[in-house]
Amino acid sequence: MGEMTDSIDFSRFPDAGGHFGPYGGLFVAETLMAALEELRDAYLGLKDDPTFQAELDYDLAHYVGRPSPLYHAERLSRQWGGAQVLLKREDLNHTGAHKVNNTVGQALLAKRLGKSRIIAETGAGQHGVATATVAARLGLECVVYMGAEDIKRQMPNVFRMKLLGATVVPVESGSKTLKDALNEALRDWVTNVDDTFYIIGTVAGPHPYPMMVRDFQAVIGRETRAQMLAEYGRLPDALVACVGGGSNAIGLFHPFLADREVALYGVEAAGDGIETGRHSAPLSAGRPGVLHGNRTYLMEDANGQIIETHSISAGLDYPGVGPEHAWLKDIGRAQYVGITDGEAMRGFHELTRIEGIIPALESAHAIAFARQLAARMRADQFIVVNLSGRGDKDIFTVAAREGISL
Amino acid sequence: MNRIATRFQALAARGRQALVPYITAGDPDLATTEALLHTLVANGADIIELGVPFSDPMADGPVIQRACERALAAGTRLLDVIELVRRFRTTDTTTPVVLMGYLNPVEVLGYEAFAKAAAEAGIDGVLTVDLPPEEAHDLAGALVTHGLDPIFLLAPTSSDARVRRIAEVARGYLYYVSLKGVTGSSALDVADVAARVAHIRSLVNVPVGVGFGIRDAASAGAIARVADAVVVGSALVSRIETLAAEPERLHAEIGALIAAMRAAMDGAPAA
Repeated sequence: MGEMTDSIDFSRFPDAGGHFGPYGGLFVAETLMAALEELRDAYLGLKDDPTFQAELDYDLAHYVGRPSPLYHAERLSRQWGGAQVLLKREDLNHTGAHKVNNTVGQALLAKRLGKSRIIAETGAGQHGVATATVAARLGLECVVYMGAEDIKRQMPNVFRMKLLGATVVPVESGSKTLKDALNEALRDWVTNVDDTFYIIGTVAGPHPYPMMVRDFQAVIGRETRAQMLAEYGRLPDALVACVGGGSNAIGLFHPFLADREVALYGVEAAGDGIETGRHSAPLSAGRPGVLHGNRTYLMEDANGQIIETHSISAGLDYPGVGPEHAWLKDIGRAQYVGITDGEAMRGFHELTRIEGIIPALESAHAIAFARQLAARMRADQFIVVNLSGRGDKDIFTVAAREGISL
Repeated sequence: MNRIATRFQALAARGRQALVPYITAGDPDLATTEALLHTLVANGADIIELGVPFSDPMADGPVIQRACERALAAGTRLLDVIELVRRFRTTDTTTPVVLMGYLNPVEVLGYEAFAKAAAEAGIDGVLTVDLPPEEAHDLAGALVTHGLDPIFLLAPTSSDARVRRIAEVARGYLYYVSLKGVTGSSALDVADVAARVAHIRSLVNVPVGVGFGIRDAASAGAIARVADAVVVGSALVSRIETLAAEPERLHAEIGALIAAMRAAMDGAPAA
């Protein structure tokens, strides 16, 4: 892999049009172009502005609770009998996941642009909660679109959003999951474009979202890099993160892209197994296409229609993936693997019982793959796993799967 | 000169504007769509926009979303829509047909293969909703090579610079989205549209059509006074939704609506 990517200057991506190689770009109706250009110009104007960065840093430190710890899971490492496993504790952030890193940043932008209304899409509800949270703090109206199916399986987060003052709109179209929520949020934005800021929760969508959300999430990787050097005097050997849209993964990976000796593993939801077709693993089993404003790997049928996905984890249940991941896969800089529902459940229980940390089912996919990887590595090597969220929201799903009534 | 240009020239010679109905192909099945195409033409349609169903129609309101779902449930594929136009051409060789849809089904077929098949079937133009000029180079090139017009949207929020840029790649006509919203929205402001379209016409040299929010003869007549073409979609599609089980009434009502729009438009002085 090293030789192929040696000549690439990763800091030059995306290009001015939002392209990562053949992926990304700006595939939306003309009705959204002005809003996306306004957002792009505002973001490019502010991202290197010291006042804006200072404001963001303050919020990340005092509101989100950063830096998040890099925790050495010693018992787990011993149990797995291979590499040392370190957990980047994004689950300890305010609201319980990495999502808030991005919503805090976009909320600051919304404020600068003078928008009075915030909208978002959400799958598992983590991004919806993180958006409702920052909207409450800024006193902005907040509307969250959520698939009717997801509302059923993520009731605790739905109630949290409502407590925070957000309106949660059930989306009944299509497969009634995250992709349909995204369609509906885009329709809202087109209609209310003058006063509304759309906070996309992942590194997918039209330019500048994949770049901007990545930049806001890259705090994860920057901290990890500094923590590794300070604590261990070296970089990790491998990074592991789950990939739905891919924001926690790109946030961890991005500051390490130029460190060719650090292996990168993105873990997709293999659902019932890639071979069954019931999964959410476009990088493992999909092909390139165009959806939701960008070109990327998609789960689609032979005629280009988007197909329904499956994962035990609502946050990974999405037929696309961020375009930068699609590019990193093609150039060989990152590897993408699948973990089934069953393997993720095992990872969920293992981390809970051995380390006393209940992970989100999304993050449990990363844990489950780290187990396989650690066993192939030496005890003097280090794996950093992004523990992207905590699992409180998932206890009902786990109980239901295991036939336990609460 | 292709059918679209021929049609606009003929209309202009008579001081008239184009009536452009939209229906979704395969809703509820291809046979119904084929019969409706002829009803539309018989009652005064000048150009037909034929929707290609897509699973995730982001720019469409609930009426056309449901039409897409019905068409997909019936198994409608892009190739079937092309074949539908080929059959239509066996009896109607003059009415321009424009495919309107989203990019991904075209991506799967391949730009070159799509453009070739569409041209051979007698399709005249292609409006790809989620393809702004920034990303349109390859597909527009393939379409033009095969004699098809790439048709583009303009929005109330499009700056003059964007309007000029879009006009550089557009052929056939430009489709001005009359309001901020999705298809099927209401609250059309005719005075506002008139001012915008007049300004757009000063920047471009292809005909400018207006769509979104046109639902009856009165709104069609009003828009015909200010634009070169009047596009009506959701008002037709919602009738297909309610009357699909009663083909006679369906054809009667669709025909009557189009005829009433035609009459209202032709009563209007030239724009």
